[in-house]
Parts: sequence; structure tokens; C-alpha cells
Amino acid sequence: MSSETVTGPRTFAVIFVALLALTGTTVWVAFVNLGWFNPVAALAIACAKMLLVALFFMEVRHSSRITKIAVSAGLFWLLILLALTLSDYLTRWWPA
Amino acid sequence: MSTVAQTAAPPREHYLNIEYGIKSWLLTTDHKRIGLLYLMAITFFFFIGGAFATVIRLELITPAGDLLTSDTYNKMFTMHGIMMVFFFLIPSVPAVLGNFLVPLMIGAKDLAFPKINLLSWYLLMAGGMITLYSVIAGGVDTGWTFYTPFSTTFSNTHVIGAAVGILVAGFSSIFTGLNFIVTIHRMRAPGMTWFRLPLFLWSNYAASIIMVLGTPVVAITIVLVALERAFHIGIFNPALGGDPVLFQHMFWFYSHPAVYIMVLPAMGVTSELISTFSRKTVFGYKFVAFASVAIAVFGFLVWAHHMFVAGISVYAAMIFSILSYLVAIPSAVKVFNWTATLYKGSISYRTPMLYAFGFIGLFTIGGLTGLFLACLGVDVHVTDTYFIVAHFHYIMVGGTVMAYLGGLHYWWPKMTGRMYPEGWAKLSALIIFLGFNLTFFPQFVVGYLGMPRRYHAYPPEFQVLNVMSSAGASILAVGYVLPMIYFVWSLRYGERAGSNPWGATGLEWQTTSPPPTHNFHETPVVEQEPYDYEALPEVEFVA
Amino acid sequence: MSHSEPSVLQVPELQSHFGDMAQQKESATFGMWLFLITEVMFFGGLFCAYLVYRLQYFGAFAAGSQTLDIRLGALNTAVLLASSFTMVLAVHAAKIGSRKLLVWFLVATMFFGAVFLGIKAVEWHEKYEKHHIPGPDFHFEETLTGHSPMVVDERHAQLFFGFYFAMTGMHALHMVIGMGLLTWLLIAGARGAYTPEYHNPVENVGLYWHFVDIIWIWLFPLLYLISRHY
Repeated sequence: MSSETVTGPRTFAVIFVALLALTGTTVWVAFVNLGWFNPVAALAIACAKMLLVALFFMEVRHSSRITKIAVSAGLFWLLILLALTLSDYLTRWWPA
Repeated sequence: MSTVAQTAAPPREHYLNIEYGIKSWLLTTDHKRIGLLYLMAITFFFFIGGAFATVIRLELITPAGDLLTSDTYNKMFTMHGIMMVFFFLIPSVPAVLGNFLVPLMIGAKDLAFPKINLLSWYLLMAGGMITLYSVIAGGVDTGWTFYTPFSTTFSNTHVIGAAVGILVAGFSSIFTGLNFIVTIHRMRAPGMTWFRLPLFLWSNYAASIIMVLGTPVVAITIVLVALERAFHIGIFNPALGGDPVLFQHMFWFYSHPAVYIMVLPAMGVTSELISTFSRKTVFGYKFVAFASVAIAVFGFLVWAHHMFVAGISVYAAMIFSILSYLVAIPSAVKVFNWTATLYKGSISYRTPMLYAFGFIGLFTIGGLTGLFLACLGVDVHVTDTYFIVAHFHYIMVGGTVMAYLGGLHYWWPKMTGRMYPEGWAKLSALIIFLGFNLTFFPQFVVGYLGMPRRYHAYPPEFQVLNVMSSAGASILAVGYVLPMIYFVWSLRYGERAGSNPWGATGLEWQTTSPPPTHNFHETPVVEQEPYDYEALPEVEFVA
Repeated sequence: MSHSEPSVLQVPELQSHFGDMAQQKESATFGMWLFLITEVMFFGGLFCAYLVYRLQYFGAFAAGSQTLDIRLGALNTAVLLASSFTMVLAVHAAKIGSRKLLVWFLVATMFFGAVFLGIKAVEWHEKYEKHHIPGPDFHFEETLTGHSPMVVDERHAQLFFGFYFAMTGMHALHMVIGMGLLTWLLIAGARGAYTPEYHNPVENVGLYWHFVDIIWIWLFPLLYLISRHY
């Protein structure tokens, strides 16, 4: 789908600034004691940055349906690997 | 559509005679030539793997470990496994038959990325040569499963060499899968909708998904093993608090779906053979198509059933156990649908059909024993015994190799323009079937009785069954050598085949045997449903 | 994805097995996406292993993380994001047919890539001097500082650094490959190989480059920010 929805440099600049802001945020938050929320925040921010790069810089939001399916499948498969592996480690020392 | 095989004159110009010389083969980008290059390669690797199997079965004729030391024996089963799994089974149907047929079956001129296709072959060869170097330089003794910390710390053999060879071959597989997926999505002929695709394509598509998503994980695992061994970056090293079971998780995340890479294309071949030789459409086409994709997806959810006794959490074991039961369902759907296809079909017992029958029966036995193994209570007892060895050989040899041979016979006339000799082929199929069962059925028994795998000696009460198994192996070997001989013979003396000797449906039969380099003189337009045998006249096979 | 002799007037080459350029372009882009998905699983395996040990040896991982220079890590993150920004501008330049801008933005992207690798080298050198490279010379006696100080197990700290080098090393390798691809684009682009009608290679290398950026987007918090407040 060579959809000619061209994203302009201005949009890219906005996204870039947003990415820098998120980077700054994640560094700042790391120094604040939020207990169990710290890793959650860090991962959530990383996820947001990834989505911005993927959707805008990699043009996923304008891509064909099969591309979107493929990208989602890739992430989903990684989740399978993580979830099922952790299902072992997180329950290994549960009482039998 | 032309149907009957006559002694048709071959087309004047086709992909084999368009160019001669070694460069025209080594630098080809024609998917058909690349398929034949793969045929040469994997046949070579098959016989190397078979040589190791021969040594194993020779040792196991007697209970005492009298032929080899235990260390040498370890090398034999390791290298047998490595050559057979990575350099024969995984490429076999997709790289030989898939490469040849995928573009033909969808009405395309080639795969999406022909140069990458050639690169894939070179990667397999390079990987094979690197692994062979390790074999010749002294071998590897870790088992094809490379469990840590033996493979990373304690083994004194050429682990890194073998691992790097497998890594390189893995990229071959990844690129093939990538090529197939893009091709099937983007290069179908006009009118070739998804549900008009032959089931061979659905199966290869599903297998390609596995190749693309699973292989990279074993790639990084191998890299980590190599790093640990070479630079002591110990990630699986228990001395540092590393967990050897983590290696197993990462290894089996790929290696279990890998067995579906081996069996799905074989199932695809079986669908083609069953329908052609029953002259009937495959029963429940959509179910079979979706079952292929379901197997690919579910196949990724079951890997830890290889690890039930490794020390994983019992709760995780229960999850993987139930998932392993579920993965059998789509396979069973296929077996039932093939059987239903036979019902009221016009069945002919040509060699490819014999192999298809062999596949269905032996795959079913292998698959059922897999269900036994999914049960935690049973698996605890038979893990690491010959029961497991028999189970996977039933599927991989009784299943995949049989389907591969069936496909090779079926499409031989298309690939070469020649028919193989039917009498000898039937005889070989029978020898293989008998030899196979004699080799592996006793292994179920002896394994259940407690004989462990990967040992070069065993208690004397198991000798009779082992001798039966070794005898079977020698018969099986004869069965494998015969086709080599008569296929080569047929290249010069075989009866010439027309474009459609089997009277089959499918675009590959609409072009000449052998096909021209660009497959079709004009791009076909597809208007018929797949396997539309009702529309075809009856066929009389020659000879 | 091939292109013929460099010339301002060159027509992009339609490969014989494709029906038209649109099919060729869509196939190439889809192929690149599939390749990137294999890379997701490749790095994903590393992330999975990392996650398992971080959960088990949190203290040691946190202590190891604290010895990483967060300023250099944050700077590198910004540098790589900038390189992604210049990369999309390069693709845009190709789309509007500006050869000059294309070349400049490719050079800028490579510049940022080189800066990243340079900073990485500095960090690794520092690790070498502190004996934090896993192996026979490894030595770790830093304690986990902050709210709940603890002495950490040196062996588990070695595991952390094993991951640090494996993950940043694999990432750096991909950056180097990316630099090679950018060099190819630069040479071809400077000769006018890319036009508004044909600039698919620029887009596809861009996809690869952004992917490598995304990997770093995850590596930074996972390695550098485990716990800075402990």
C-alpha cells in the first residue's frame, strides 16, 4: 500500500521532542522512590517511546493491514516466550 | 486440462536445459534449480546422519559397550541428531519441494526474493561444512540438545564449531520462511484467493511462520552458549547462580515448534497425494487449512513438555501438559479429514499414495504416543528412555521422511520430465515401511521396559528387542538406497512424462514437465476451486 | 531491492519475476518487516533470560546497574533518537526528490550513530578498568547503596554484567551493520539513485535503523535504571 499520506517534517519534529521528553521523564522518575511502581513506570515509558517510533517514524499507522498484523504477531510471540517462561520461574517455589 | 500421461515429447526449452555449466547452477536464482541444489545437499547430509545411525545400531546389537567407548558413543548420537534434525529434516520438504512448487502452485514466476533464496542454500551449505568440520575434527558429544553446563563448561569437544554451523543453517531457514510468506501474500496469480490455494501451500505457510518466529530464539541461545564457552560470559553457568534450565527453556522454545516445521509441510504433501490418488477434493478443506495455522500457533505453547523432569515448577508443568494435549487436536482433525477424503474416492495405489498411507498410519501412532507423553504421570517414567526415541522417530521418519519420499516421487515427473520405475518404487516403499517398523516398534517396548537412551550399554534382558531394531535398520537402509539408484537411472532411461501424468488438479500440472524457467508461458488465471476433480475426466495411468 | 547503474536519469529496475513496481516495493517492505520480526524474537530471547535473572537476583542487578553511568546512557539514548529523527528526514528528502537533503540527513544519521558507538566504547573501557568484564578478571565489590543497602553476591553481579555486554554488544553489532547499510545508501543516494518514484531502499534501511533504536529504547531502562533510588 504505497498510500501517499506523507508525514511531514513538522510531525516528525514533534514526535522527536516527545521522545526526548519521555527520556528525560524516565531518568527523573528513576531517582524517585515509588516502590514497585518504578519498574512499571520505566517499562510503560519505554513502551510509549517504542509505539511513537513504530507508529510515526516507521509509519506503521499508514501501513497495510498485513504489516500491522505481522508487527502485532511479533510482539505477541515475544509475550508468549516471556509469559510461559515466567510461569515456571514465578511458581517454582510455590508450596506443592 | 490435459490429463493422461503419454510418451509426450519434452518441451524444447525448459529450466534444465536453458543453460549448462557449473556456474549456471551455483549462481542460479531459479527457484526450481535451487530446489534441486537443496535436494543434492540434504541427500548428502542424510547419508552422513545415516552413517552415524548405522554405528549406533551396530553398537546396540550387544548389551556390552564393546564397539565404542561411552564418549565416542556420545559423539555418535549427537552427530546423528544434529545432521538429521538441522541439515536434513528441517530443510527437507520446504527447501526441496517447497522451493520448487510454491511459485508454480500460485502461478508466479519465482519466489519474491530469488537471490535471498540462493543465499539460503549457501547458508545451509556453509553451516553444514562448518558442522562437518567439527565432526571430522573430533566430533561433539553434548547430544543434539546441547544442554548446559556440559556444553558450555565441561565438554571437551567442538561445541562452538557445531553450534556456529547450526546458527548459520538457522539463518537459511529464516530466509526461506520469510521468502515463502512474502511470496504467498504478494505473488498469487489473478483469481488465486487464499481458499483456492492447495493445502501444500497452507502447510508451508504455517511452517514458514514457525521458521520466522522460532528460529531466532535458538539463534540467540546458541550465541549465548558460544559466548559462555569462549569468553566465560556465564549466563547458564550454575557456578555463578545461572540456571541450566533457562537454557532448556530457550532451546525448546524453538526446538519444539521445529518439529512442526518438519511435519507441517509433510502434512501438506499428504493432502496433495491423498486427494490426487482418491480423485476427490480434500474433505473439510477449510478445516485442514486452519488446522495448519493452529498447529503452528499452538506448537509454540508446549515446549516445556521436554522439561517435565528437569526441575521446572509443577504448576508450569501442568499448564504445559494441558497445552500439549490441545496441540494434538488440529493434527487429529487432519488425520480424520484425510480419512474422510478416501471414503468413496477412486483410489489408486501408486507409490506416492503408498507413502501417504504410510504417513497417516505412522504419524498417528507417533502422535498418539505423544499424548501418552503429555501426561505427566507417564512422562516421568518414560522420559529419557527409548520410548521417547521411538515416539519422535515415528513422527520424523515414519511421518516426515515418508511424506518427503512420497512427494519426491509424485513431483519427480514435473521436476525432471521423467517417470520413476513404478515396480521398484513400490518395492522400496514396502521395504522402507517394513524396515521402519521393525527398527522402531521394538524401541517403544524396550523403552517402556526401562532401557535408557543415550547409553552405549544396556542390561542383557533388552538384547532381543535391540537386535530386532538393528536388523530393521539394515532393511531400512536398503529401502533408502534403492530410490537413489532408480531416480538417477530414471533421469536417462525413465519414461518421459507429459505435463500432467497423474491427471491432478493444481497449477503446477498446467505447465510442461519440466517447466520453462519462468514457469508459465502466460500468467494463469484461476477460476476453479482447489481439487475440483468432479470437473475432470477419468484418468488411466500409464504402466 | 536492487538498483542499476547510478545516473540521474536511471529508471529503477523492475525485476523479472514481479508484475509491476508496486508489487516489488510492497514485497520488499513486507520482507523487511518480517526480518525485523525475527530480530524481535532474537533480542527477545536475550530479554527473556535477562528478566528471569533480574527477578531472582534483584539486589545484584540493581547494584550492577548503579555502576553504569546514567548520564552517558541518557545521552546515548538522545543521540540515537536524534539519529532516528534525521533518518525519517532523509526518507522524506528522498520522497520530495531532494538529493542534497537526502545526503545531508544520511550523513547526520551516520554521525549520530558514530557518536553513539564512541560513547559506548568509552563506557565499555570504563567497565574494563573497573574489572567488570565477566571472566577470570571479574571483580565486584560495590554494595547496593541507598534506602536498603546490602552487600551483593559477586557471582550474581557477574551475571548482570554478562547480560550487559551480551545485550549492548549485540545491539552495537546491529548498529555497525546499520552503519554499513547507511554507507551504501549514501553512496547510491549521492549518485542520484533515489527519486520520488523509487526510494524503497531508503525506507527499508530506515525501518531497520528505527528498529535498532527501539532495542536501545528498551535496553536503557532495563540496564541503567533498575534502581537509582535504592
